[in-house]
Amino acid sequence: MAEQNPAHIDPVLEIDGLCISYFVRSGEIPAVVDFSLTLAPGESVGLVGESGCGKSTVAMAIMRYMGQNGDIVGGTVRFKGRDMAGMTDEELRRLRGSQIAMIYQEPMAALNPSLTIGAQLMEVPVTHEGATPDKARELATQMLSDVHLPDPERIMEAFPHQISGGQQQRVVIAMALLGKPALLLLDEPTTALDVTVEAGIVELIAELSRKFNTSLLYISHNLGLMMEVCDRIGVMYSGEVVESGHIDSIFSWPKHPYTHGLFGCIPLPHADKNTRPLVAIPGQLPLPHERPTGCNFAPRCTFFKAGECDVGQVAMEAVTSGDDKAHYVRCLRWDEIKHGNEAAHGDIQAPAELGDFILEIDGMQKYYEIHDTSISALFGGNKTRYVKANEDLTFRARRGETVAIVGESGCGKSTFAKVLMGLETATSGEVRLSGTSIGNLPVQQRSPQQLASLQMVFQNPNDTLNPSLTIGSQIGRVIRKFGVETDRKKIRERVLTLLDTVKLPREFEWRKPRQLSGGQKQRVGIARAFAGNPTTVIADEPISALDVSVAAAVTELLMDIQREHQTTLLFISHDLSAVRYLADRVVVMYLGQIMESGTTDEVFSPPYHPYTEALLSAVPIADPLVVKRRIVLEGNLPSSLNPPPGCPFSTRCPRHLGSICDTDAPAVQFNADRHGISCHIPLDELRQVAPVITIKEPVQETRHPLTE
Amino acid sequence: MADQTSPISPAATGTSAFLRACKSFSLLRESPVGMIGAALVLFWVLVAIFAPVLAPQDPLQSLQPFAKPGTVFAKTGSTLWLGTDHLGRDILSRIIWGSRTVLIYAPLATLSAYVVGIMMGLTAGYYRGWPDTVLSRITDIILSFPVLLLYVIVIATFGASGSNIVIAITFASAPGVMRIVRGLVLDLRNRDYVAAAQTRGESALYVMLIEILPNARGPLIVDACVRLGYVIITIGVLGFLGLGLPPPDPDWGGMINEGRKMAMVFPHMAVMPSIAISSLVLGFNLLADGLREISLRD
Repeated sequence: MAEQNPAHIDPVLEIDGLCISYFVRSGEIPAVVDFSLTLAPGESVGLVGESGCGKSTVAMAIMRYMGQNGDIVGGTVRFKGRDMAGMTDEELRRLRGSQIAMIYQEPMAALNPSLTIGAQLMEVPVTHEGATPDKARELATQMLSDVHLPDPERIMEAFPHQISGGQQQRVVIAMALLGKPALLLLDEPTTALDVTVEAGIVELIAELSRKFNTSLLYISHNLGLMMEVCDRIGVMYSGEVVESGHIDSIFSWPKHPYTHGLFGCIPLPHADKNTRPLVAIPGQLPLPHERPTGCNFAPRCTFFKAGECDVGQVAMEAVTSGDDKAHYVRCLRWDEIKHGNEAAHGDIQAPAELGDFILEIDGMQKYYEIHDTSISALFGGNKTRYVKANEDLTFRARRGETVAIVGESGCGKSTFAKVLMGLETATSGEVRLSGTSIGNLPVQQRSPQQLASLQMVFQNPNDTLNPSLTIGSQIGRVIRKFGVETDRKKIRERVLTLLDTVKLPREFEWRKPRQLSGGQKQRVGIARAFAGNPTTVIADEPISALDVSVAAAVTELLMDIQREHQTTLLFISHDLSAVRYLADRVVVMYLGQIMESGTTDEVFSPPYHPYTEALLSAVPIADPLVVKRRIVLEGNLPSSLNPPPGCPFSTRCPRHLGSICDTDAPAVQFNADRHGISCHIPLDELRQVAPVITIKEPVQETRHPLTE
Repeated sequence: MADQTSPISPAATGTSAFLRACKSFSLLRESPVGMIGAALVLFWVLVAIFAPVLAPQDPLQSLQPFAKPGTVFAKTGSTLWLGTDHLGRDILSRIIWGSRTVLIYAPLATLSAYVVGIMMGLTAGYYRGWPDTVLSRITDIILSFPVLLLYVIVIATFGASGSNIVIAITFASAPGVMRIVRGLVLDLRNRDYVAAAQTRGESALYVMLIEILPNARGPLIVDACVRLGYVIITIGVLGFLGLGLPPPDPDWGGMINEGRKMAMVFPHMAVMPSIAISSLVLGFNLLADGLREISLRD
């Protein structure tokens, strides 16, 4: 069956002209308009789009789980040939969890914290197949080993909080597959996970889908991930699919200006902050009840033509047809828009000039004490244990330089930021800012100059601004506090200038944070950080909570302001693509220690630290020309309460040498001046390693800027 | 979708607190329960304000003892709608005047409990460590006493008067407020905007009062409405126990106590002020429900 051409097999899911609306106080809001999709058995289809485009609503509509105020107002959803609109509640209930299963973003929220994993898994066969508890237990244990969880017997007895996030997501996948579903809906299944964990989960889902011949509907905002996991994708914008087709076709020859714009926003390997900057899509997503007539993308589109794009609904047109080569686009002018020869990029910028060392960190350590009051600790004598959040950090940053600190969750990068800001003090070691030691100065003891010269941009846009105060007063407070201006009028002038700098309208002075979008809030956060003319700004994952097109605009803004003010930027991130794009130097951290540090080019090419190598391999890249070597890390991040005695990475290292890695901490080997790798493997051997990422020469016309 | 810019003009958000209050009120209109509550509260507030105009008789003047509701007073020919008490005073007029006592002392006592509770809660939640331990243990001790006993101890020590009622209620209610505030602060202190304020060297007082407290206002306003209801009951209880305002001033709790002795024969003496208390407490509770409902909706 599986070898046959999918077109000859009855599709699992057929969606035709689906329209979904929400009914709220102000009336009907169309969430999804004219959505069509056919899914063959074993096929994997992706839906990509930014937040609010309606991609999750589609998944909910397939499950017929629309909540109180949502309803399907048009079109049909057929599952295995049966119209789901005609099904009774009882039939739907039997379908959900057995024939159609769903995997959500947050594994911890999907599992019941008060039941053992075994009890939750056994429920599936007991409910849907009427299996006996013994049989159910057997099936559940078998499924746990199918999702490659070590020691399934032990995990059956464990509670969700006792296993790691990646393991939890594996349990959720096991639960979804226990009902042997024909269709699996995955709503951002790996967004909450670290990249190396994501790589493992993605591989697992693909393997299981082949094994059980399950059809997959992936929903994600991550184009790179889509390219790795899907056969076909649909790109959604403002409730409509604007382009759909085979991934090769869409990633090589995107026809819709929006898809094209998305690619311009992603930091692909060929992008560079000086010679090939990102181009953000102008404007923002229209609210569902304020969509323009005609093409929804028209107000943001550079190829907008009045009288053509703004009249009537735009239908999908076939670019190429055929069973697996079909490529549709919802654009009236796709044929008129021609492909140029030069890749899309913004204005070329001169590289920033680097000055003296501004920030020097020398052997910094941060330990947290934990007082163990258990009886065994009392007798054992070791009542105090230490969480080694940062161990022996050493690096320096020049004026105007962008230093990225990369690592997965739990690597101590946020603790490091706290020490720099003075919210915590270092346990030992030196932190010098412009020559003065600040490592042991808590924030209360720092002088206004020291405070002003070191500011921070935070991660969560919804958390970064005080919801009760206006934007103007929040920026103004910083200016007054740091004594940049004292006169009321001048403060206001500077607030307005700062709003201009971050490209926000001046009226925003009077707005409250809740009236702003995520990207706008993040811009205000940047304005606030730069209000006191800082010499160094720490940006803790400033773009990871933002949508692709918004993130590009915020990244460019941050770069522009940094260039203008010659600010040193410490960019803390887990996103290697963004780091490669904007950083001058990279520090790779794992479990509180620096694994590798050097210039961006040095770190991103051999010799690599084995951890850097694994990280690079795990990051999905949305470019069909990029070829990666696959390295999937086994095991879990060790606890920083009890780190491995030798190299911290020794427990998961694919290039593990032997007992020396487990017992002795490796020394830093210098490949070049200031390019250090902390590993036991001799440098010569590491230099032999092939690059993780290679870029193929384009064979045909590929993604290029659209011109008329 | 939720984080899109909503088209509100600067005038609506900028300066006018009055406009914002009107907007909140128009939201309340969507909760029928809240509207009933607001109407009940508004009714009693108006009664208290216009007591001199509304009261048909002098609340202290003895007319005719034990008159049943609806009796016509022979001397003046006026109807005594709710009857009179054992000293012949008009119950309707006493309830009308008594609403003033309740509506002055209940909000005052609640406000006072909130000021103390908020200070304690902010300190405990923001600093944690030993200030938290000390303050939490103090509140635990106070909360472990029967509330009634606390009132009796405070009023018996300091004597019965309006200000002592406020002190007694503050003493007994502030720990409850403190616990709520502390919980909210423990959550809010981890927000990035608090870290931002700390890293620009703001004082602890500024962070607590400007960055944290205003963002805890939602749950606190709802709780204040419920608590106000309880305080009204408390003032009634104190009056009932003879620990309220000294006689002969009209006081709902005191009136119920006086009526209690004759409850079997002349039930109206106790029932009428009871209805007054219940309706006002109900009003505040429904208002709190309504506020909670609209706060959950958005």
